[in-house]
Amino acid sequence: MFAAASPVLRLRLALAVMTPLLTWSCMPVQSGPVAGVAASAAPAPVGQQIVAMRRLTEAQYRNAVADIFGPDIQVAGRFEPIVRPAHQLIATGAASASISPAGLEQFDAMARGVAGQVFDAKHRAAFMPCTPKDEALPDEGCARATLTPIGRYLFRRPMTAEEQAAVAGMAGAAARTSGSFYTGLQLALSAMLTAPDFLYVIETAEPDPDRPGQLRLDNYSRASRLSFLLWNTTPSAALLAAAERGRLVDPDQMQVIAEDMVKSPRLEDGVRAFFSDMLMFEKFDDLAKDPVVYPRFNAEVAKALPEQMLRMLVDELVTRNGDYREIFTTRRTFVNRALGPVYNVPVASRTGWEPIEFAPDDDRAGILSQGGFLALYSHSGRSSPTLRGRAIRERLLCQPVPDPPGNVNFAVVQDTTNKEFRTARARLSAHANDPSCSSCHRITDPIGLPLERFDGIGAYRAQENGVDIDRSGTFEGKALMGASGLGMLLSVNPATTECVASRVLEYATGRSTEDEDKVLAKLEQGFSSDGYRFSALLLRIATLPEAYQVRAAPLGAPSKVALSSIPGATR
Amino acid sequence: MTFSRRTALRGLFHGAAVAVSLPLLDLFLDGNGQAMAATGAPVPIRFGTWFWGLGVNPTRWFPDKTGPDYDLKVELAAIKAYQHKINILSDFNIPLDGAPNLPHTSGGVGIRTGRAANGEGNLPGASFDVLIGDQIGTKTRFRSLEIASSGGTRNSLSGRGAGNLNPAENSPTALYTRLFGPGFRDPNSSSFTPDPTVMARRSVLSSVTDQRKALEAKLGASDKARLDQYFTSVRQLESQLDVELTKPAPMEGCAVPRKPVEREVNSEIENVVENHKIMTDLLVMAMACDNTRVFNMNFNNGASSLTRIGSTITHHQLTHEEPLDNRLGYQPDVTFFVDKCMEAWAYFVGALDGVREGDGTLLDHSLVFAHSETEFAKLHTIDNIPMMTAGSAGGRIKTGMHIAGGGTVVSRVGLTLQQVMGVPVDRWGAQSLETNKPISELLA
Repeated sequence: MFAAASPVLRLRLALAVMTPLLTWSCMPVQSGPVAGVAASAAPAPVGQQIVAMRRLTEAQYRNAVADIFGPDIQVAGRFEPIVRPAHQLIATGAASASISPAGLEQFDAMARGVAGQVFDAKHRAAFMPCTPKDEALPDEGCARATLTPIGRYLFRRPMTAEEQAAVAGMAGAAARTSGSFYTGLQLALSAMLTAPDFLYVIETAEPDPDRPGQLRLDNYSRASRLSFLLWNTTPSAALLAAAERGRLVDPDQMQVIAEDMVKSPRLEDGVRAFFSDMLMFEKFDDLAKDPVVYPRFNAEVAKALPEQMLRMLVDELVTRNGDYREIFTTRRTFVNRALGPVYNVPVASRTGWEPIEFAPDDDRAGILSQGGFLALYSHSGRSSPTLRGRAIRERLLCQPVPDPPGNVNFAVVQDTTNKEFRTARARLSAHANDPSCSSCHRITDPIGLPLERFDGIGAYRAQENGVDIDRSGTFEGKALMGASGLGMLLSVNPATTECVASRVLEYATGRSTEDEDKVLAKLEQGFSSDGYRFSALLLRIATLPEAYQVRAAPLGAPSKVALSSIPGATR
Repeated sequence: MTFSRRTALRGLFHGAAVAVSLPLLDLFLDGNGQAMAATGAPVPIRFGTWFWGLGVNPTRWFPDKTGPDYDLKVELAAIKAYQHKINILSDFNIPLDGAPNLPHTSGGVGIRTGRAANGEGNLPGASFDVLIGDQIGTKTRFRSLEIASSGGTRNSLSGRGAGNLNPAENSPTALYTRLFGPGFRDPNSSSFTPDPTVMARRSVLSSVTDQRKALEAKLGASDKARLDQYFTSVRQLESQLDVELTKPAPMEGCAVPRKPVEREVNSEIENVVENHKIMTDLLVMAMACDNTRVFNMNFNNGASSLTRIGSTITHHQLTHEEPLDNRLGYQPDVTFFVDKCMEAWAYFVGALDGVREGDGTLLDHSLVFAHSETEFAKLHTIDNIPMMTAGSAGGRIKTGMHIAGGGTVVSRVGLTLQQVMGVPVDRWGAQSLETNKPISELLA
């Protein structure tokens, strides 16, 4: 399935042979989107207000451009990073991310790059329903006919009449100044690609007829929610058409649509994006290992480590439609040539990925024994039970661990060549004798030490400095042995499934779930009755009525959105 | 040098480019060396910061003597040639009013924002370099340049707060392309032809701003602030284009550098030192060509991820785990990195001082503020963080002094620097860090 090209929603008119888009059942087939809906402008909204502005992530931007303009349109540039709030997701940071001058300069350069390709001699025919009267002169009619349907995809809603006139005007003015109709189109398109309406997913609420005085997300905002949550990309033609017909505020129709999207192979993109956020994959960008200590580590290995984790997750949770808890115990994973030496397994394929299954008595089991996890939560030249234990607590169990005090004395934790403390366990227990340290190390180390037979890049070792490594540990009072024992205990701990459910809700809404205990309890119950199938959790959250309800706030004041404070929200 | 977009656009109507030919002047500056002869405009004064992570060994770094002609300790030996142009600032404190001391975050953030840090990777308010940029950075192609020779694009202490952090450029070649690729206009070129595409972009951007009202009508206050930030960024882009459409004033020190070869971007110290050199040279030339007047250069990051081939751990871990050498009285492997940082700082100052401008150098027409984020990293101390200034900002401040703050708040430094750079501010910082007392000893 990894080889399968993702279905591409090309705007290209060559394909748009007036395919009627009347039934949702043609969902995964997304050719021929434009005609018919293109000309309609959005009606003037009544009582609408913006309740969230969520900046596109780099992956969302790239996916949107590939879906709208085709995968051969290159996006080249550096994305302003979105700040991750402490103990939260980048998806939540995106809802408070602003765009700095340096960031906009980059978005502008990328936009001009994309627009330049879209309307170059090679590509433009596919995007244009008309031919300009004179290539050296403005033709606002043709510009408008070309840009309006594109704008509907970029802004994830129909452009208003004013917006249509404005972009046609921009194209005209730019064509006059530059003496080229196509340059005019390119510049108008690049302005659309730098508009807040594209760079931010703007969530708009409307009065909720079922709850007088309250608001709910409108149809188009729901289309974006569904699409970015499940496929991590901009809404497809079919989804926009469903929004236009008002289907997404109807729970039954919404259910059918979301079910189809969860069944699509594109769910893989959504699952990848979610776990990259939950597991802080941005840290892989800075992953560095000492070449003298780890000669087997190189740039290819660094690239393969997160990919291996994502392949395992997609295989378990999407392809096999599995139980989330199995990611802690599975013996299946994938390796490529670069990872062969790390895992000490032969890899026949020169370029691709191969599935492998570890023997039942092998200590490799589950996500905690994957090289990516082990390497990410290690130091550059040695493993770290404390970092690994902390990551398990914070990322996989949603249990924040306090920062070390400002003036820690690490004098006891000596270097790895110390003759007295030859293993990490010995070094740490010497250090954690200090009571101010031991309170936290008790939380982290007993679940990090069982992973000690995997070194700082995740390769297996039986000994450290000539001493056999003890892989015993404890978790919530229960003794355990090694990665497989730890994975088994994690998989049956309720915090594991509660954590991922709350993370998906946060990811979908872009808001902290701190005050959402009732909604989370209901979710966990549903997750359990679904046999903890991850795709079922995604579907449940995609269709959760509370996630689309918004409490009305006067304009000008920040709209406070708290799910559990809505009357009847947890019925 | 005021620029009218309308007049420039009119000159290019119907796409007919007009070449404005000006004789290349032999003498760029007028008799007293403080203004450019061609335009009468004053020599631009630049401001920037230079950051290094993980502090110093205090007894081996801070001078004993205050005032002029301070004694140079061993860890400051690298700056000897420029000592008369460098001030050392010691004994300024960062009270946190009960907020936690977030290791490697609170110090740098406190210095730059005058506020207690509220989380990693975020700023609790605008950093003062941005406020200075609002004052002096609006007439150049780039309002400011953020560069990090290690530590990733998030290695930045510059931003407006509220989720905004100016991303740092890490790659020498990407920096070169941004500065000297398409869009760069050589100020010393004898002819000038405004680019019609740039003119068209400029007019398109104006229309983007026209869309603002429709959005604003539907916005709550917090999102309105973010939309304001967005349109501030659009205005900055507009003024960049205005600059590209204006015949630049000739710049004596400007010589377009050659494109650097593609290099690895990582945390290995020797590579970082080399990348820092290359990016310093590019930045210096960008200022000599007056493409920017504000910069933030980060040599390494707060919890420094610098590594040294053959060592099992990073600079940061070394500060925690390397034992104090009883005979030496310091951590030798940590000190290796401290020395590398100071050598890089000396290189940076030297690069600025190497460009002649009128009766002085680019450094003389700049004010560079260097600082770390801890005093002594092993203990995460944030009082007495080592800080320096280099350059006299065109004679606005005294140099060659060691000034001890006597335990007063570090926000006095930020306040002073803003005032020197012309920001109309008489009180800055929050809670215990709020101050209205600039460091008068510094002012010329």
